[in-house]
Amino acid sequence: MSTPVRVAICTAVSAVFLFPLVAMVIIAFTPRASLLDGGASLWSGDFTLENFRGLFDAFPVRRWFTNAVIVAGLTTVLSVVVNVLAGFALAKLRFRGNGVVLLLILSTLMVPTQAIMIPQFELVARLGLVGFFWAVILPSASTALGVFLARQFFVSFPDELMDAARVDGCGTFGAFLRVVLPNARPLLAVMTLLAFMTQWNDFLWPLITLRDPDLYTLPVSLRLLQTAYDTDYGGIMAMALLSCLPLVVLFVVLQRFFVAGLSRSGIR
Amino acid sequence: MSSTAVDAVDAATPQVERPRRRPPRHHRAGAAAWTMLAPNLLLLALFLFGPLLWAFAMSFQAKRSFGPGEWSGLDNFTRLLSDDVFWRALLNTAIFTVATVPVGVVLGLGLALLMNEAMPARGFFRTVVYLPIVLSTLVVSLVGLLLFDESIGIINGILEDVGLGDVAWQSDGRLAMTSVVLMTLWTRIGFSMLVYIAALQDVDPETIEAARVDGAGSFAVVRHVVVPALRPSTFFLVVVNMIWSFQVFDIVYVMTNGGPGYSTTMLVTYAYDEGFGPARNFGYGAAIGVVLFLITVVITLVQVRRGRAEVA
Repeated sequence: MSTPVRVAICTAVSAVFLFPLVAMVIIAFTPRASLLDGGASLWSGDFTLENFRGLFDAFPVRRWFTNAVIVAGLTTVLSVVVNVLAGFALAKLRFRGNGVVLLLILSTLMVPTQAIMIPQFELVARLGLVGFFWAVILPSASTALGVFLARQFFVSFPDELMDAARVDGCGTFGAFLRVVLPNARPLLAVMTLLAFMTQWNDFLWPLITLRDPDLYTLPVSLRLLQTAYDTDYGGIMAMALLSCLPLVVLFVVLQRFFVAGLSRSGIR
Repeated sequence: MSSTAVDAVDAATPQVERPRRRPPRHHRAGAAAWTMLAPNLLLLALFLFGPLLWAFAMSFQAKRSFGPGEWSGLDNFTRLLSDDVFWRALLNTAIFTVATVPVGVVLGLGLALLMNEAMPARGFFRTVVYLPIVLSTLVVSLVGLLLFDESIGIINGILEDVGLGDVAWQSDGRLAMTSVVLMTLWTRIGFSMLVYIAALQDVDPETIEAARVDGAGSFAVVRHVVVPALRPSTFFLVVVNMIWSFQVFDIVYVMTNGGPGYSTTMLVTYAYDEGFGPARNFGYGAAIGVVLFLITVVITLVQVRRGRAEVA
């Protein structure tokens, strides 16, 4: 296939992929009035910030944003720690049951989360966590993808480096802290990004467990708003844009980390 | 403490005595491994496997509120067998899976092949296709509503402008399913493409060259050299995409809520409605979830076995 033909196809594909995003952005800046008569149009020509102003006037958007950063941030820290440790143990330490544990962790991918939310909620309620950020943070820290990524990274980590540390008198933990972690920065970057993204985007479980709108995160409140605004797409799209903008910016800036991480998950 | 201070402490510690205090190495590796796994396994056991077992137990109970339920044997499961909505949800989930998995994986492969070679603006094209991956399913669903809203949606607006009239995206069951499938594909194709592009870097250029020399055209090269070389990635993508499709929830829940009627009701949305909906039928909802989990496990195991046989 010649280059011009490929560029033409890619342009068409990109147009299709961009279309929903363009629609979101344009509607977010379109006045409510021109949405209601004659339906949402992409070329009404009207531009307004009133949708955003309306949001900030009626809702604690800043607070929701802060909540989202706190919840996603804490989850990310916990998640990276527990998943890196587990991934390292599974890749580099010989012990009985290694294969079984890996399989067990990977099998969690097959559990339909929404179908076990009732017992999960009962548990979190009994632990007295409902209405606290921990109700959201603790259950989502350990992820199959995180453990798998870490394990894949450490499998190809040179044994010689660890042996050298051992010769110098380090135990397993010493070698892990002094030699392995400093050399695992790309892995840590990828896992941080993915964990942050996953938690930032979660809405159903936080909606059920946080209860108090003051505790909601930005994406959770988007769901709240959808029920309240019904078909006021201007307001909904303004909120949708606000809630995904941080991640889109992060993605575009740090794309090579995302791509490296996600693609590694597919190579065995 | 400065690093020189650490060094000083290290130097002051008698080096010879250290190893003696430790048990022999093979014991230590096991202990270290379990210590490192402990936080993760603890969280999993508490928040995932515990509730999963609990859900299994609940599926044998008549339970309509929090707190203990009453054992009811196989009642929930016998009810499933004669529940038309359950069979409809099962069928819908199967249709959704068949409509999303092959198309998503094949389009991902096609785009990967297209964007693997050098061309102007390649980075831009790739970014655009990847971008939906970072959007939450909630945002994707809301944008889906904006596009496919029957009365004031963007797509019908455009169709009207060009004189094609309204399409019943929300009141026609099949079209509603189509809209859900399209939005799902939008978020999935980028991931397949990304995995394939990474795998393409490992395909041996010499094998391709050899095939070319033997007179194979581009299509034949892709079919007989590239696709077989990508088999491990294809296997991975099919398994993961199937699991995702079986568990589809967010997009359906927000875009159609299972409607119109039951034409987009999936197993997970039905389980969720039974449990959290007005019925508050916890036991029955759990039974649906258990059935879905078992189906997922069986189909994944079959896939993995077949995949192993093929790769080996």
